[in-house]
Amino acid sequence: MIDDADRRLLAEFQHDFPLVPEPFAELAGRLGMGEGEVLERLAALKASGHVSRVGAVFTPHKVGASTLAAMAVPPEWLERIADLVSAYPEVNHNYQRDHRLNLWFVVAATTRDEVLAVLEDIASRTGIEVLDLPLLEDFHIDLGFDIRWS
Amino acid sequence: MELSDRDHALIAALCDGLPLDRRPYKALGERVGMCESEVIRCLEAMTREGIIRRLGVIVRHHELGYRANAMVVWDIPDAEVGEAGRRLGGAPEVTLCYRRPRRPPDWPYNLFTMVHGRDRDAVLAAIEAMAGREGLAHHPRQVLFSLRRFKQCGARYGKRREAAE
Repeated sequence: MIDDADRRLLAEFQHDFPLVPEPFAELAGRLGMGEGEVLERLAALKASGHVSRVGAVFTPHKVGASTLAAMAVPPEWLERIADLVSAYPEVNHNYQRDHRLNLWFVVAATTRDEVLAVLEDIASRTGIEVLDLPLLEDFHIDLGFDIRWS
Repeated sequence: MELSDRDHALIAALCDGLPLDRRPYKALGERVGMCESEVIRCLEAMTREGIIRRLGVIVRHHELGYRANAMVVWDIPDAEVGEAGRRLGGAPEVTLCYRRPRRPPDWPYNLFTMVHGRDRDAVLAAIEAMAGREGLAHHPRQVLFSLRRFKQCGARYGKRREAAE
């Protein structure tokens, strides 16, 4: 279970993480807790899966290349093909969605050619067409996820 | 900003996140042969140049109780998609808003938004309200809920395939 102090930590530090030698001490000062406690809470939130990491979100296409891919997989093969797709280190999100195109995943690599090579490899191994839906324009200003606690 | 090999090495090291250490930039720098102040300077420059979009705590929606995750796709005429994208990109319900290519005949949709919520009904109601408010209710759209998450992690950049193996 997460408590109010965890929620503040999550709500307030999704962006503008301090670029100073001791950033966790600075967070601790703003939250009125000790540095050790901030580090312990973050480690616990990471262990419980609430936090993926403390790190950077890179702007798509400024570092490397990526695409959103979709496949229409026969339901009885879905798990096997999803596992095959997830096994690629270049795949970072992989979801089943409720549509005829039922497998959706993001492929990211250093170059567009590497991204395309992964898509082609998946298509040739599975015999299923892979739709390539690269980002053309990004309209969202990312300030992290709004923690609306009710 | 032209990224150097050192920048790429730093980006690759950062893909796993900052070490939960009192001096995380120092610890990160030790992995890539940079000193603490150089790591901080590089990250400042990448933030200023828009290469890093956000530095901070990256949460997982599902674990936080936002169990319903919908990809809402819209078919908006090309002449109007820029304006629609700016409206939806600024909507409080939306966590991502991208224009992507159509792939006719199977896939006519050109604008993609993500909406998270506690359950399906809440998400559907939020989408309906948002479409009306932003004047987009008359455009064809579909809501694709996620049924299962097979994999979720940060993107791995900076390392070339052959180097990663």
